[in-house]
This record gives sequence, structure tokens and C-alpha cells, in this order.
Amino acid sequence: MTEGIPISHFLIVSAIMFFTGIYGFIVRRNLITILMSIELILNSVNINFVVFNKYLYPEHLEGQFFSLFIIAIAAAEAAVAIAIIINIYRRFSTINVENVNEMKH
Amino acid sequence: MTNDQIMFYLFAAIISICSVMTVVSRRILRAAVFLLFVLIATAGMYFMLEYFFLAGVQLMLYAGGIVVLIIFSILLTSHINQKFQLPSWRKVVPTIAAVALGLFLCITTILHYTFKPSAGMEQAKHNLHDIGLKLLDTGANGYALPFEAISILLLAAMIAASVIAKKN
Repeated sequence: MTEGIPISHFLIVSAIMFFTGIYGFIVRRNLITILMSIELILNSVNINFVVFNKYLYPEHLEGQFFSLFIIAIAAAEAAVAIAIIINIYRRFSTINVENVNEMKH
Repeated sequence: MTNDQIMFYLFAAIISICSVMTVVSRRILRAAVFLLFVLIATAGMYFMLEYFFLAGVQLMLYAGGIVVLIIFSILLTSHINQKFQLPSWRKVVPTIAAVALGLFLCITTILHYTFKPSAGMEQAKHNLHDIGLKLLDTGANGYALPFEAISILLLAAMIAASVIAKKN
């Protein structure tokens, strides 16, 4: 299925996605959009693992397992992050990062 | 151009354009929908690479689970018609410069490096049977320990999320 597509094209696509995620992580103010940028970054790393597995070590399965574990950890991270965001919204009535600069116990 | 190449460049275009739209869109719900397109196109790439199990996991967990969770929390915390104000250029310009520099370095490195495939080129079987056996294998190349660790992590995350989100 991948004849005629060099490995570098896959890597360039994932590099674009990674740096777009970093841009969003720095520029955005809303906590949920920051979380979406993190998902972009994790997803681009997944593409890299899978492509290296397919092109360079096709007799192994390691890249696939790394991607599976990254997806599971991303799901756990999103669940906890959204719970924290909803709690912050309840306390401060906003989820802008510059308005949430005070820690209460 | 073969059909596969056309499909690949279509997916690549969807991923690039929609990921940029995810971080620049001023309406948060549209950003979430663009993120959904990115994740689905990524699943299409996994299908092209013939990792069918991983593509199914990507569709179910990312496109089905995480995006729905994000959209729910958007609906709980934001007004739908509200538009973000544009970020100040004093923040945008240095960020774009740093990101462009990083992207340039990455792409030049990728294009100048020759990737060598490993010696044994016979394709491993990627069916579900092998993946399941590998996940429960306690031998040299098995994944039983990370599999158990991730199950405990998921349980801990579930309990933590419900404890954090409950009212007082």
C-alpha cells in the first residue's frame, strides 16, 4: 500500500502537525484549546512511531505497541485534565489561563 | 501517480490544513471539529500502512472518545457564539519564528538523512491474534508488565477524575 511514498513525506507531515501543536500550546489562552494542542502533539508522535516501525523494522511490532500505550495514556490524561478544567470553571467561572493564577487548597 | 499516492497526499493535506485551523480558529467548537478531521485522517494513514488494529483503536478512542469528551466540556464551559480575541502580535510573532525555525531544522534533517531499513525484511504478521499474544506474553519480548501497568493507570485516572470533578 505504500509503494512510491518515501518515508520522509510521512515524517514531514508529522513534523508539521507537531509544530502546529506547539504553536497552539504557546499562543492559545483557553485551557481546552491547550488540551487540543497537546492531543495534536501526541498524535504526531504516534505517526512517527508507526512509520518507523513500518519502513525500517517491518519484522517487529514495537512501534505499534508504543502507539497503543501512548493512546491509552492520552485518554487517561484527557479525562483527568477535563475533570480539572471543569472544577476550575466551577471555582473561577472562566477557563482562561491568565485569570486562573491563584491556587486554593 | 498511483491511487495510493493520491490517497496519501489527500490525507497529508487534510492533516496539515486542519491542524493549522485547529490552532488558529477563533470559535472553539470549530477547533474541536477540525481536530476530529485531523484524527480521522491519521486513522486513514494507519489504514494505508496496514496497521488495521491501530487504526481501529485510533478511530474508537481518539475520534470517538477524546473528541466527544472535549466537545462535552466545551459545551459545559463556553458560550457557543463567543469568539476568541486575536492574540497579540507580540506573542504571535516570536512563537511563529520559533516554530518555523524548529520546523525548518526538522525538515532539513529529515531530507538529508538516509534511512536504512533493517536486514530482515520479512513482514511481521499484524493480525489481532499476534497482538493479543504479545500483550500477555511474560517472556523476553512480551508486553505483560506495561499492559498491567496501563490498566492500573486507567483505573487510577478514572477514580481521580470522578473525585476531582465532584462537588466538594
